[in-house]
Amino acid sequence: MTELRDVLLRGGRLLDPSCQLDGVGDLLIRDGKVEVFGGTIGVPDGAEVIDCAGQVVSPGFIDVHCHLREPGREDVETILTGARAAAAGGFTAVCAMPNTDPVTDNQAAVGFVLKQGRAAGAARVYPIGAISIGQQGERLAEFGEMVHAGAVAVSDDGKPVVSAQLMRTALEYARTFGIPVADHCEEPTLAAGGAMHEGFVSARLGLKGIPAEAEEIMAIRDILLARLTGGHVHLCHMSTKGSVELIRWGKERGISVTAEACPHHLSLTDAMVENYNTNAKMNPPLRTAADVEAVQQAVKDGTIDVIATDHAPHHNDDKQREFSDAPNGIIGLETALAVNVTWLVKSKIISLATLIERMSCAPARLFNLPGGSLRRGSAADITVFDPDQAWTVDPAAFLTKGRNTPYGGRILHGRVGCTLVGGQIVHNRMG
Amino acid sequence: MSTPLGKDLLGLEHLSAEQITLILDTAEPLREISERAIKKVPTLRGATVVNLFFEASTRTRISFEFAEKRLSADTVNVATAASSVTKGETLVDTAKNLEAMKIDMVVIRHASSGAAQFLAERIESNVINAGDGMHEHPTQGLLDLLTLRRRFGSLKGRRVCIVGDVLHSRVARSNIWGLTKLGAEVAVCGPRSLLPPAIGEFGVQVFDRVEQAIEWADALNVLRLQLERMTAGYIPSLREYNRVFGISRERLDRAPREIVIMHPGPINRGVELDSEVADGPHSVILDQVTNGVAVRMAVLYLLAGNAPALAEAAKGGDR
Ligand SMILES: [Zn+2]
Ligand SMILES: [Zn+2]
Repeated sequence: MTELRDVLLRGGRLLDPSCQLDGVGDLLIRDGKVEVFGGTIGVPDGAEVIDCAGQVVSPGFIDVHCHLREPGREDVETILTGARAAAAGGFTAVCAMPNTDPVTDNQAAVGFVLKQGRAAGAARVYPIGAISIGQQGERLAEFGEMVHAGAVAVSDDGKPVVSAQLMRTALEYARTFGIPVADHCEEPTLAAGGAMHEGFVSARLGLKGIPAEAEEIMAIRDILLARLTGGHVHLCHMSTKGSVELIRWGKERGISVTAEACPHHLSLTDAMVENYNTNAKMNPPLRTAADVEAVQQAVKDGTIDVIATDHAPHHNDDKQREFSDAPNGIIGLETALAVNVTWLVKSKIISLATLIERMSCAPARLFNLPGGSLRRGSAADITVFDPDQAWTVDPAAFLTKGRNTPYGGRILHGRVGCTLVGGQIVHNRMG
Repeated sequence: MSTPLGKDLLGLEHLSAEQITLILDTAEPLREISERAIKKVPTLRGATVVNLFFEASTRTRISFEFAEKRLSADTVNVATAASSVTKGETLVDTAKNLEAMKIDMVVIRHASSGAAQFLAERIESNVINAGDGMHEHPTQGLLDLLTLRRRFGSLKGRRVCIVGDVLHSRVARSNIWGLTKLGAEVAVCGPRSLLPPAIGEFGVQVFDRVEQAIEWADALNVLRLQLERMTAGYIPSLREYNRVFGISRERLDRAPREIVIMHPGPINRGVELDSEVADGPHSVILDQVTNGVAVRMAVLYLLAGNAPALAEAAKGGDR
């Protein structure tokens, strides 16, 4: 490996809620670690200097939920393109969901994801192992070996864990390894055949709806199972008012439940489906304005611990079809910051510090990952961004292979300038 | 091409009352053509229409075919029982092929809601929705409107109740939009398991009991009950459905006024509608069939860019 150059980030707004840091100053990176920050720092010999005036310098964003499609659908995304997209979006680390083909349900598969992630040389890629073998919902996968190989959590995401008994066992067994069990909450019989949120819009468009209760029934089941087992349940992509009320209920009782929300559920409603726009088709579906507002408030008060992308690239041919037959999901890595800044920070629902807490500090804490802090000696996983810069979303310009976004053509605020992983610049738009 | 209806007819939700009235007014004189010895006018001579039926529907397809032939269009029928998905060809491919063949108009029936719009956005030809999934069936809605208008003169203040499986019915949606736009009061009646939970937001009344509907309504539009709703668990049995929601003579005899009975066909006799009623004096079911051809002629005529004034001139003073 080539010797790391020192990097001096000069004159940015250093913002890190993990150590109550907020002030303009310099930050020096040496040997891939944060050496010193604050005030004015002299330029060491041979150091690279990045002028960060007008920019925010924060711990790098960590996405605990994305789909990188490799192995199996390399035409749609690879770990390389996904990691590059992540870096471009300011993510220094991403957790890859195991619903690939084959499923990441054993140590060899976990090792493969890690190896491809390292080779990509962009954001850090952490594998999430499957809860059940083949995500079939029947037999537990080998958590121990997968964790030993580098898995940071387990999840059958893409599918709900239908069996309450399996979920119970997973939560109990995961305690041995101190990892969260992440669940895609969806009661399958209520959601069967559903293409969007059940409500007036679905009734008008003649599309079968998925009621909010399909999510909420599984959310409360998981919370109760976490109470029963003492295991850490992490609820993926929460989208309804009822769900956040249930999580609040669980947290008030000291149950080990954490939850994530996605930028799209924090910004868009089911009205986006109008005209059968398949880029607004996702699971869980876009909900009502009341749900969006409730989830925003939950992000604000910490009921929702983290914001995750659920980045789900699909081939255009697959999305270009009848709405009910089109696959679920949208890409999110390269728009997450801007969507969050535009809908949450610019509209004064949360502060920039809270946003960084939800996108960086909390994910690191919950999933026991490095990063999430600018503290001295911590890995220099850092994102530099301009929260005010307006830009027009051009899907053709993304580094992900996916083009499936409902934000195309929109003007958003907040642009990533530079991303550093372990002190190395993995993305730089600042020149 | 800009026509009084725009490029396509995808549904009644986005048409204005004026546009709907224009279609009905245009259909009136066109009814007369079907009474002639030579049931043909040269209006669409040289135009090519493709009837693209991804879902079986003999009635609608034949009605469109008659309408097209009576306007002298060249028609091609593409019927495929299998959906586009199982066939391996996507609707995008179909659209590209149609575009390459320089077709003037496409009539599409498809099992997926939004399929007609999907096609309309991708081809230059005029697209007519002949029923898309559970969304809309605008020409059926229009023929129902024409039938009622001919019966009542005006729809303003008239009370129409749609009875049955509203949840899965494209006919119901087109009816609700069309009727409310023309000033009728609309209600629905059926088991709650077959009504959308958000039905109230359509601005319609809901009757849980068919007796209430009969007491209230001037007309009942009785929907066909898809028999698979029973096996899918929406209702316990056809027998019980008939007892609770079936329209029988005895029930109608208790109505305070004469009630017009409509049905989009084909009827499950003895399930949603008893034969005695279907074939009885209150039934306008056969008028609906006649009006269906006229309404479809009117839609084809208007979408082909013909000025409404021509329709005026052709008017036979039939009303
Ligand atoms: Zn999921
Ligand atoms: Zn996911």
